[in-house]
Amino acid sequence: MYEGVVQDLIDELGRLPGVGPKSAQRIAFHLLAADPVDVRRLVVALEQVKEKVRFCRICGNVAEEEECRVCRDPRRELSVICVVEEPKDVVAIERTREFRGRYHVLGGAISPIEGVGPDDLRIRELLARLADGTVTELILATDPNLEGEATATYLARLVKPMGLRVTRLASGLPVGGDLEYADEVTLGRAFEGRRLLDV
Amino acid sequence: MGSVGLYRDEGVVLRTQKLGEADRIVTLLTRETGRIRAVAKGVRRTSSKFGGRLEPFMHVDLQLHTGRSLDIVTQAETITPFAAVLGGDYARYTAGTAMLEAVERLTDAEREPAVQHYLLLVGALRSLAAAEHDPGLILDAFLVRSLAVAGYAPSFDACTGCGLAGPHGAFAVAAGGSVCPDCRPVGSAAPAPATLALLGALLTGDWASADASEDRARREGHGLVAAYLNWHLERGLRSLRLVERV
Ligand SMILES: [Zn+2]
Ligand SMILES: [Zn+2]
Repeated sequence: MYEGVVQDLIDELGRLPGVGPKSAQRIAFHLLAADPVDVRRLVVALEQVKEKVRFCRICGNVAEEEECRVCRDPRRELSVICVVEEPKDVVAIERTREFRGRYHVLGGAISPIEGVGPDDLRIRELLARLADGTVTELILATDPNLEGEATATYLARLVKPMGLRVTRLASGLPVGGDLEYADEVTLGRAFEGRRLLDV
Repeated sequence: MGSVGLYRDEGVVLRTQKLGEADRIVTLLTRETGRIRAVAKGVRRTSSKFGGRLEPFMHVDLQLHTGRSLDIVTQAETITPFAAVLGGDYARYTAGTAMLEAVERLTDAEREPAVQHYLLLVGALRSLAAAEHDPGLILDAFLVRSLAVAGYAPSFDACTGCGLAGPHGAFAVAAGGSVCPDCRPVGSAAPAPATLALLGALLTGDWASADASEDRARREGHGLVAAYLNWHLERGLRSLRLVERV
């Protein structure tokens, strides 16, 4: 244990995802030794992200305005929605340059053991977007793992009465991993080879 | 246990949690060692050698390295890929998830052999994957039997107070099940005779009767099993409210 403020900093850093106690300590001491100007810049970035960044009112992606960059872009097709779990999946798919439609960010996957059910995700918002018939294809790009698969299964069955074309990224995507770790080539190929879901 | 802390076992993955950048902590129920938690390194990368073998429901042959607090998974080979089937059917997925959570909570401690729980779980997952019965019935059969293995066998027939042969019209969760008119505490439930008959059939494995049961008995039976389970656990199962009844 360190004294007061240093320990407070280590505790706060240790709360971040992927940062263990040892890393927290290392970052804390790095900051202690760093130039005050550099630290100031970090503080400003942290404050700005909480002040300026919000979630797109249409798709749930991170946005600096009411709507995100993708939803504001008039060149994006309105007939296709790609459903993902997290904003970082949008970034991964945008990198492939394969997809020209819009997104819907669920905010996670159905995970009963963590107490996360369909009502805890942005599924009602998705149904509202599908209501007027503009969207004709739904691409389910949830993670290629069990929870992502179960979430896709649930959504496919839910929208079945709407008569949309519902597709899932090709099974060429390795199972068990996180979407964000797929390289552009594999993910791009998975888009081209997406398969119809029939539940 | 073999040399340099390596050991081999078979198990079912109960739960996974993200760890650091690309690892996961995997909770497993193993045949020999009981419930363990082990680190699967790099498993979230799409290039991982483990692929989807360490997802919940997967039944795997494992090689592990004993660690200081958590063991490390060094190899995993699929025995039965339950996850592939259960991920594609929402009712079976939610029923199966409740089984995984229940068995994690009903096995007392890590590294306590729990072979009966293990065999019960593998059998129930096999039945669920093969769609042998209604998923809700498979779940409830699994729950009453797991409770029995854990030492909380409910009675659906004889009175738990005095042993008087049943069936009785009252059911008291806190008393352990069926109660006769003399022993019946205030606030006991009064389930339909068909419901108690169904629960008895699930406990003893009389599937012919269970499969023939009516929806009403199944719904009421599930409510009693859930109440009984929650009473015996300190806090209820999170996944139980999300189980889809078909
Ligand atoms: Zn948007
Ligand atoms: Zn009695």
